[in-house]
Order: sequence, then structure tokens, then C-alpha cells
Amino acid sequence: MELYLDLHSQPCRSVYLLAKRTGIPFTFKSVDLSAGQQFGEDFGKVSVVRKVPAMKDGDFILTESVAILQYMVEKFPQLVPGHWYPSDLQRRALVNEFLSWQHTALRAHGSKVFWFRAVVPVVTGTAVPKEKMDSALEDLKQTMDLFQSKFLKDSSFIAGEEVSLADLVAIVEIMQPVGTGLDVFEGQPALSAWRERVKKVIGEELFDESHQSIMNVDCLAKTFQDNGMLEFLKPRINKMFT
Amino acid sequence: MALEIYLDLFSQPCRSVYIFAKKNNIPFEFKKISLLEGQQYGEDFGKINMMRKAPAIRDGDFCLSESVAIMQYLAEKFQTPAHWYPSDLQQRARVNEYLSWQHMAIRMHGSKIFWLRLLIPKIMGVEVPQDKMDAALEDLNASLKLVEDKFLQDRPFIAGEQVSLADLVAIVEIMQPVGSGLDVFESRPRLSAWRERVRAAVGTELFDEAHKDILAAQEMVKTMDASKMQVFKPKILKLFL
Repeated sequence: MELYLDLHSQPCRSVYLLAKRTGIPFTFKSVDLSAGQQFGEDFGKVSVVRKVPAMKDGDFILTESVAILQYMVEKFPQLVPGHWYPSDLQRRALVNEFLSWQHTALRAHGSKVFWFRAVVPVVTGTAVPKEKMDSALEDLKQTMDLFQSKFLKDSSFIAGEEVSLADLVAIVEIMQPVGTGLDVFEGQPALSAWRERVKKVIGEELFDESHQSIMNVDCLAKTFQDNGMLEFLKPRINKMFT
Repeated sequence: MALEIYLDLFSQPCRSVYIFAKKNNIPFEFKKISLLEGQQYGEDFGKINMMRKAPAIRDGDFCLSESVAIMQYLAEKFQTPAHWYPSDLQQRARVNEYLSWQHMAIRMHGSKIFWLRLLIPKIMGVEVPQDKMDAALEDLNASLKLVEDKFLQDRPFIAGEQVSLADLVAIVEIMQPVGSGLDVFESRPRLSAWRERVRAAVGTELFDEAHKDILAAQEMVKTMDASKMQVFKPKILKLFL
């Protein structure tokens, strides 16, 4: 099995973490997003959507982290304990509910804050207008509040007392704005406690290792410059503001 | 207590859940929620779904939101025919892949076109600037291209030979811009052929019934009272303008 990954990307981290944590054998195929490798000819043969993560299992190619995670759980029952994607009807529904909701919520708002804080200023040379930044931060805050009050509530993990794919996907998305220096856990004891529980299940070392790139985004400026990506990213960023 | 499904058939994800439940003869009580009248913000509905969105279900004391999760739940609980959510590893992966991709692609772009063409002019009293409209259309076209070139290719349905949740979710989203007067099928024979296959698989009567409201949207919006819809202004300014 080949996993095409760039650990700057949240969905790549969740796929990587599940595979490493459960011992699923795979080859790490690096796709350097900061160098635009997702638009290269080679990766184009893997995925026409030009996004990571992507999985190649023999001849079978699959994109979308949620689908890849579900595939791995199903394919390797001897390696992946059942709690990752519970077979109990209601528990599984809670996992599915989160996995569906997060695309346009945690993921969308966390990514936006990441772009606004770490990428846009580097590419355009100016900070994002205050009004837009405040609006993005407000959206993130609201989504985090909703995450806590609906999905975490009083249980240890999203689906109950055991960690699942939902927590994995949640944590990698929440870490994205954290990587820009925005500590969303500050002043949030319940959220921090959940983070610690998830980290413990995954393993501190593995968790930290997979988040190393995102926690060092100061390097992005130089990386983009070295890779000639600045001109490439400018129109993309303009579109974000249209 | 019977299964309650909270629906507004203007909403794409409500249509997929409605069609799925009716097609599979799942017994349920249709609880109408009028989104454009803001009924999702009422106290009662808040107890069903604090996200204030439709569709939502209440099955005994179990509440669930998110159309994808709801259909996966109903498929399992009522043991619907396997083709809806195949057990074959790769076929299921194809369905899951589409269900995941569509949120930030066809759903987002189709919804935006609907708002830009119909609802925003009505609520804000202005036409949307051409450059914004063009950009939104470009995005929708790119998504439709991926539906055809990646998800369908030369297969009759997304997962293969039979209709699945993926096709259902796809079709209801693609019908949204159609409801705003943009016939996306017109220049796309492959997509049109697929639409007819899905319509036949679901049952043309059920399909047409589920889409009656959205296809009458242009007329309906004309008669709507814009003053009652001002609650949507901040959302519109933030998301679209």
C-alpha cells in the first residue's frame, strides 16, 4: 500500500496516524505541497483531483481521507481494533455524523485561519485585512464551541468512552491553526483534557512527530520562495478573497 | 414512537434522505421544517438538532444530523438492499470517496449558484456582481467536470453497475442550480443520461415529487416576502458578498 502524503496537510496526518498507530504496512510517498508537486505529471497519474492524501493499494486508487480511513479499518480488522469505527449502530452514527459535519466546519474554518495567518501574508507581503481576519477567527471560535457542546459533551471521546476516527480527524484539524501560533486550547480545560486523552491513545511521540511540519510554519516563507511558489499562489489567494 | 425525519425539500440533503427513506419503504413521520421561514431557529427544533440544520432525525431518544450519517444509519438499521451502500471493500470505498468529496465541491458550488441567482437578489434587492457570478459558475463547472470524468467515467453509476447513496447525494445537489434556472444538464449528455438512470432507479414519480418544490423555486421566490427573510442578510454578506 502506498500513501501519498504531506504532513502539512490535516487529512494526511489523520491517515498517517491511523496507519502508524495500528501497524498497517505502507510506503510513505512524499508529495511536497509547498513545491506544487500535487500538480506534477507523476502525481497526476495517481489522482486527477490533485489533492492529498491519496492511497494506492495494488491497482486500486482512493482519495479523500475519510474514505481512506474507512477503507483501512475495513481491510485490516486484525490490526485495527473495533473502537476506531464502532460497529454499534448509534456509536457508528455519531462517528459518521462528525466525519460529515467537519468538512464545512472545523476543517473549513481551521484551514482558513491557517491560510490567513501563515500563507497569505507570506505570499502577498501584506497581512490579511483586520475585518476578514476577525471574521475568520470568529467563525473558528464558533465552530470550536459547537464542537465542544455537541460532539464532546460529557464523554471522554466523540463516540463515547473510546477513541475513534472522529477524534483523529478532529485533532488534526484543530492542530492546523495551532501551528500558526494560535493556541485554541488556551483557557479551554475540557478541550485540552480531550486533546491529552487522544494524544495518549495515539502515543505522544507519534503525535508530535506527525505534527512537526505544521508546528514549524515559520519556514514556509523561505520554502515558498525557494520553490518558486509565490507567483503560483498569488491568483489562488486572490480567488479566496473574491 | 415512530421515526421522525425533519425535512425541507428545498434543501438538497433533505431530498436525498427523503428519497432514500421512501424508496426503501422505511416508516417515518415527515416533520416539515421551513428553512426560509427560519423555523430551524425555533426552540423545539433546537432540541432535535442544536446545529439548527436539516435534515435531522429522532429515532426514539436518539437524534442524528448530517444526511450522509442519517442514510448510513437507516441503511444499516433497516437492512436496505446492499447496492445502496455496498459491502464490497472497493465499491464501498468509491461511495465513501464521493460522499466525502462532495461537501466542499459540488454541494458548495451548487448551493452558491442557487443563492447568487435566486435568493440574494430577492433578499438584498440587488443583482450579484458579474465577476462573482462568473467565478461561482467556473467553480460549479469544474466540480461537474470531476463528477463526469472522475466519479462516473464510463460507469452507469458512481460505484459501478447499480445506484448507491453516492448517486443519490450527487443528483440532489446537481438539481439545486437547476432549480435556480441554470440547466447544467443541457450541454452535458453523459450527465443527462446518468440523471435518467438515477431517476429510473429511484422511481420517476418519487424523484419528481421530491424535486417539485425546488423546480418551482423561481416562481416561489417571486412571491416570497423579502422582509421576512432579512435574518439571512448577515450570513449572505459573510459568505457570498
